Amino acid sequence: MTTIDATHPGATRGGAGVEENYLTHGKGLLSWLTTLDHKRIGVMYLICLLSSFLLGGVFALLVRTEHLTAGQTIMDAETYNRYFTLHGAIMVFLFIIPGIPAALGNFVLPLMLGAKDVAFPRLNLMSWYLWMTGAMFLLASVLTGGVDTGWTFYTPYSTTTATHVIPVTIGVFILGFSSIFTGLNFTVTIHKLRPPGMTWFKMPLFLWAIYATALIQVLATPVLGITLLLLIAERAMGIGIFDPGLGGDPVLYQHFFWFYSHPAVYIMILPAMGVISEIIAPFSRKAIFGYRFIAYSSIAIAAFGFLVWGHHMFTSGQSGLINMVFSALTFSVSIPSAIKVFNWLATMYKGSIVLKAPMLYAFSFIFLFGIGGLTGLFLGALSVDVHLHDTYFVVSHFHYVMFGGTVIAFLAGLHYWWPKMFGKMYSERWAAVACALIFVGFNVTFFTQYVLGSQGMPRRYFNYPEQFAIYHQISTYGSYVMGLGFVITAIYLVQSLVAGRRAGANPWGSTTLEWRTPRIPPWFNFENPPPVGDPYDYSQVRYDPALDDYVWVDQERHEKKAI
Amino acid sequence: MIYLLSTGRSLSVRFLLLLLGLSAGLFGSSAGAANERGPTFWMPEQASVTAYQVDALYDFVLWICIFFFVLIVALMIYFIARYRQQKPGDAALSQASHNTPLEVTWTIIPLFLVVVIFWLGFKGYMDLATAPGNAYTVSVTGQKWSWLFTYPNGVSASELHVPVDTPVKLVMSSQDVLHSFFIPAFRVKQDVIPGRYTSLWFRATRAGTFDVYCTEYCGKGHSDMLTKTVVHPTGEFQKWLDEEGDFIAKLPPVEAGMKVYQKYGCKQCHSIDGVASTGPTFKGIWGHSQALQGGGSVTVDENYVRESILEPNAKVAAGFEAVMPTFQGRIKDDEIRVMIEYLKTLQ
Repeated sequence: MTTIDATHPGATRGGAGVEENYLTHGKGLLSWLTTLDHKRIGVMYLICLLSSFLLGGVFALLVRTEHLTAGQTIMDAETYNRYFTLHGAIMVFLFIIPGIPAALGNFVLPLMLGAKDVAFPRLNLMSWYLWMTGAMFLLASVLTGGVDTGWTFYTPYSTTTATHVIPVTIGVFILGFSSIFTGLNFTVTIHKLRPPGMTWFKMPLFLWAIYATALIQVLATPVLGITLLLLIAERAMGIGIFDPGLGGDPVLYQHFFWFYSHPAVYIMILPAMGVISEIIAPFSRKAIFGYRFIAYSSIAIAAFGFLVWGHHMFTSGQSGLINMVFSALTFSVSIPSAIKVFNWLATMYKGSIVLKAPMLYAFSFIFLFGIGGLTGLFLGALSVDVHLHDTYFVVSHFHYVMFGGTVIAFLAGLHYWWPKMFGKMYSERWAAVACALIFVGFNVTFFTQYVLGSQGMPRRYFNYPEQFAIYHQISTYGSYVMGLGFVITAIYLVQSLVAGRRAGANPWGSTTLEWRTPRIPPWFNFENPPPVGDPYDYSQVRYDPALDDYVWVDQERHEKKAI
Repeated sequence: MIYLLSTGRSLSVRFLLLLLGLSAGLFGSSAGAANERGPTFWMPEQASVTAYQVDALYDFVLWICIFFFVLIVALMIYFIARYRQQKPGDAALSQASHNTPLEVTWTIIPLFLVVVIFWLGFKGYMDLATAPGNAYTVSVTGQKWSWLFTYPNGVSASELHVPVDTPVKLVMSSQDVLHSFFIPAFRVKQDVIPGRYTSLWFRATRAGTFDVYCTEYCGKGHSDMLTKTVVHPTGEFQKWLDEEGDFIAKLPPVEAGMKVYQKYGCKQCHSIDGVASTGPTFKGIWGHSQALQGGGSVTVDENYVRESILEPNAKVAAGFEAVMPTFQGRIKDDEIRVMIEYLKTLQ
């Protein structure tokens, strides 16, 4: 017999107190592989993405270990070239581009809308299978020697190298479709499945971020697809579009590639900023400051992001006029990001700040993304970029924004939504320890790389001049500390699944709709559409010390009336 | 410092120099006049007229970054300490959620600052990109994995030699894939592209030897594609050029051949210690019967060596890829002759 749990509209309890939820509804591997449930798809993506992060991370540690000495340490030059390429390709295409939208967004988006699922559940499953297919191609390449072109595949090196470029580019091409279909799905979902009362400006900011990201995914990714097809055609059939011997232009490839890959970095960072907005508000018990400015800035970043690709090419031989235009436009993109950071700080002002794991990662984000974003100013300035381009300064800049930004926000979101996804809590103390190790290790690893770069050390170098050795050694030891932080994180997260404390339905006291479900959402999310209020009005919830959980005031009232 | 501020330079450059002077104190620098600043924490030594301008903008941006970063982090830490939640469920002290004048202020001020940075960067870039009309032009050829410099009188060398205090323009092209020519001490860099010429210019302010790196990934030997820029004191450069042009006449053939081996980057692919690399080792190769790709063989004699240098893909050694570039048009007949003499000695 099932009873309705009145405190959590939409939940059912099956049998003698056995709670049925999306994890237990339908048993066996096949029920997962054929699921249309966005929450299960999200969890499958999460497992896949974290595995990819591990693989990419192993390559990174190998590359860093090689750099402990100026000459050969543990591998030869050709192996090194393959390892740094695979590190980049795996991290970018398998982990960070699908990233937060796939692993967290899939789970959260329909719940935040009070909806039953995304607009196109089958397309959603297909996106996952496309990811798996692309991943298989990349994995096959890893196992058969990999590629040595750098993740950017610049011509003419990539059209003439003997390594297996075509399988990898086919894999990336397929992954592109996974991204496009997810973007399409999320765009339509946000347009069409918002509940009555949730106008655009009553949406949680995470949805604005996902929406802006989805627009970029749909508009920019096809350009990468075509570019890779051209690369394959050049390699396989010698069509000559990038070959000067046949009247082609190798620099044209860079334009095509970066036309996608610059907007791609906004695919990486916009959802991350959305996560930070979703965490700073409840962990300050205060409405997010400057909601409209944050929302508009997400759209502005998405739009401007399409106009600045040439800043990757200031020394490529393109004209001074092009350089000037791209430099000017590049600075315009920095302003909306700065606006977000100031608004987050203003949210914290006179708030009631909760020092738990998600918020610790949010602080780390502000610190690290602050550095990463500010160093973009050096690179946008033409004369300074001439010196810094293709050095470790650039490597450090993008690691600060992609890793210190997106990965840290990913961890923040993972720790934030973990109790909702799995109904378990992790050890706060170990989470704080791991966050500290990752934070300190990260800075040691990458801050030294700014100095390496400004001192002139080029990137993608197997050997390096002896004068740079001390910086490389410091950087490598930092990476080991960071690695330790991740190992600890993996341990306590797995431990929480196996034997963690049961979480409440709303442990953080958030007021977005996913926190209206029971402790773990049922497969159908909501029996009835939940009431839509202000997503950042914390008077809607009340802390109950007996439950060590937050309860929704209106649900409580409803329950009392029923009694 | 005073000298630089008072001579005829544009306002923006003087502003930057002022900041440079301030920051030189903070970040430490070795002694010397401002346009010959030695290595600092962040930057290598300055050795060109444009280096100080680049560094001045770098320092200006650095100050702005430090200011905003310290502001943001200090506020964050202060808010954490001051507004920390005392017990679960405690509410915030205020629910203020917007303030348009504040938003406008913290949009306009950063916007103004980035416009200034853009402008200074653009002006500096135009100086870096515009060679004076009377610049001494050297041709640069990049190939996997070496650089070759050809001087106006036809002499070529594997290092870049220039006279001090003279504008020098490099006109560059690649034999194969993308490379990039980077002299950190001069703060100059430009990609080197096949099928096209690109250029950069500089004017060295003091004599010395400065590192040159390839800085566009180009494969196995990318990090070995290094050379030097040697800046000669006034009057010394021409002497070097004359001697360099004459090395075949001046040196014994075997020694001259060894110089050719190093000059054209042969050593990046052909070892002399017996270990095969991208190409066969030269040790013991003279007179040896070399098996060829596609069957057959050839004796390594004068004709085969000459053909391999000028038409490397005509007869490719078995077990190796056809990746050797041609040296047609770059290497001279005399150089091939002495190279052959050198090879004969590598038994």
